[in-house]
Amino acid sequence: MDLGPHAAFIWASYAVVALVIALLIVWLIADGKQQERRLEELEARGVRRRSARASGSGGHAA
Amino acid sequence: MQTLTQRLANPTRFMELSRQLLPWISGLAAVVLAYGLYLSFFASPPDYQQGETVKIMYIHVPAAWLSMMAYLIIAVSSFGLLVFRHPLADVSAKAAAPIGAAFTLLALITGSLWGKPMWGAYWVWDARLTSVLILFFLYIGLIALRSALDEDPALAGKLTAVLGLVGVVILPVIRFSVDWWNTLHQPASVLKLGGPAIHPSILIPLLVMAAGFTLLFVAMHLKAMRNEILRRRVRSLTMAEVERAARLELRAAE
Repeated sequence: MDLGPHAAFIWASYAVVALVIALLIVWLIADGKQQERRLEELEARGVRRRSARASGSGGHAA
Repeated sequence: MQTLTQRLANPTRFMELSRQLLPWISGLAAVVLAYGLYLSFFASPPDYQQGETVKIMYIHVPAAWLSMMAYLIIAVSSFGLLVFRHPLADVSAKAAAPIGAAFTLLALITGSLWGKPMWGAYWVWDARLTSVLILFFLYIGLIALRSALDEDPALAGKLTAVLGLVGVVILPVIRFSVDWWNTLHQPASVLKLGGPAIHPSILIPLLVMAAGFTLLFVAMHLKAMRNEILRRRVRSLTMAEVERAARLELRAAE
């Protein structure tokens, strides 16, 4: 593919977009996993939300 | 009869709905973006003036549109928080800020990389470029303000909502900067009276890429909102656990 004399500018633009979007996606997935893990740890210690307690799973609520 | 907004006001219901929607929106975004990239690189001609650098437009313009759309979401969410106290409004505003900042940064960088071969300069203090730079600083301001008030999330939400609403004035300035001032940046050529001024062979890849970017943004915003709801649950449960431990200690001391 011949992108002409300014190919470097075109590739650099697409590369930076791909990099920033990839970083955003990785951050969002990692952040979600971290929050889920913390929530599981709390629930394992018996700390549960009111809605979870109401469904009969016991523990104390926030 | 509840409106959609009222039904979504329940975070648990939002979590369930977003859990079901997220894989579909993400998959659709990937397919549309792949098709858009194919059109951009293999099925669109070089521009008669700008040559192949017009390919930068296929990512620059969607990033610039999303930089403004994300801020509009923050402004609407801020209004929803301050006026209607919608439970998810602050979650939405907080979740949109870093994503909006990232797309604004991308618009600035790709614009700069497009400007060098076309204008001969990476940056000029032109009305459009400067107003988008101010938008980027506004995003940074919103993130920094919230971060500084981390100990009091309710106060942080209200103050960032006020800043978010005040900052919305930048959107018409960006939109009309190319009409109000003499700028190097080209005037509106897609969303304009009388229809687009771009040939369909270039317009269609641009619109497909814009649709792909928008779907990607929606998926990322939903995911960020889900993360924020989980973060708030963790915070409230941690506080409940600390309070319970303090009560037990007090009882033991008595």
